[in-house]
Amino acid sequence: MLIGTIVDGIVIDHIPAGRGMELYRYLELDKLQCEVALIKNAPSGKLGKKDILKVNEVIDLNFDLLGYIDPHITVNIIRNGQRVEKRHPDLPETIRGVIRCKNPRCITSCEQELEHIFKLTDRENRVYRCIYCDTKAK
Amino acid sequence: MRSLIDIADLSVSEIDALIAKAQDIIANPEKYAEKCHRRKLATLFYEPSTRTRLSFESAMLELGGQVIGFSEAQSSSASKGESVADTARVISCFADIIAMRHPMEGAPRVAAMNASIPVINAGDGGHNHPTQTLTDLLTIKREKGRLDHMTVGCCGDLKFGRTVHSLLGAMSRYEGVDFVLISPEELKVPEHVRTDILKARNVSYRETESLQEAMPELDVLYMTRVQRERFISEADYVRLKDTYILTPDKLETAKPDLAILHPLPRVNEISVAIDKDPRACYFKQVLNGKFIRMALILMLLEVE
Repeated sequence: MLIGTIVDGIVIDHIPAGRGMELYRYLELDKLQCEVALIKNAPSGKLGKKDILKVNEVIDLNFDLLGYIDPHITVNIIRNGQRVEKRHPDLPETIRGVIRCKNPRCITSCEQELEHIFKLTDRENRVYRCIYCDTKAK
Repeated sequence: MRSLIDIADLSVSEIDALIAKAQDIIANPEKYAEKCHRRKLATLFYEPSTRTRLSFESAMLELGGQVIGFSEAQSSSASKGESVADTARVISCFADIIAMRHPMEGAPRVAAMNASIPVINAGDGGHNHPTQTLTDLLTIKREKGRLDHMTVGCCGDLKFGRTVHSLLGAMSRYEGVDFVLISPEELKVPEHVRTDILKARNVSYRETESLQEAMPELDVLYMTRVQRERFISEADYVRLKDTYILTPDKLETAKPDLAILHPLPRVNEISVAIDKDPRACYFKQVLNGKFIRMALILMLLEVE
């Protein structure tokens, strides 16, 4: 499968297979005017299968969000057709306003203005919990 | 400025200091009679809870302070749709400290994030009730003289009982505490308590369905109520309900210095025949609740 080469843009590589679309939505890539490609189930030596996102523009990325999806994701910044930077996100301590608490008894379920905030409580198993009700993020 | 939302917000040394302060208050009440003169506690109770509210209010009054507040959401601005955050900001203009009970989990945390005065969680739904846990710890300390090296039995509804989860969390931080978890299969401690507290801290525990089998080894017995609505099958409820009712005959094999605790209110899970037994501590527990809340108010208001 051929996707055009990027001159100035971003390649988000090593996304766990099946989570590319979730990341596409979280990063609100649908709102961009530039070319965006999502490649699903690409072969990967490291992961077996992976998803890849290519964005034909250098945009600001929420690295906390990428780290939450998977800290092994690779972000390549392309300028003039050359990779000028390669970064891995860190596992963020806090995630704000991205994932929502699903607990119907949580105060966030009845106070709509409250920001949904999740805190890393178990680094080894990558467990995040709602700071209000301690419900695990799914 | 500190608040108390979750018992885990307190270190073991802070809990020990609170217990020591409460014991000093018990021994020297006159020393504390004016400590909170001209200070106000706002009790913001969005759902009724007579015992906890009156415990907070009497704690503040015995410190020489004053009390304002409401005891149900209908008599507050919440009925007009005011957010918890806004209420917390407004009350910060009137009072020096807030005690909040709310049916929604996390509401006191929201209040603490927005108030400019300390907030005490006085119970948020089935989530946290840290002053109940402090009450339990003070009671165990007063009855046993220590909080380490003992066997604690928790009996009844261990699945939904937030007081049990908090007690397991708090007591597991002390050395040499063994737990015996006594419940029907349907009401065993949830997986997150098992992994986050018991296994994570390498706590010694065992599970049994039989209160009588566990009784001889217990130093503390923490009773909770087994509620009919928690069972899927009516037949299972009928089969098990009496197993978890504490009666004098079940105490025959108990240690003579066993301490029996219950967060109250009791319905029928402890027979009234036990009330006169010197091992029954649940009404002393209520009194201890007032003393530990006095110690907590002093700590959060930074009054020496």
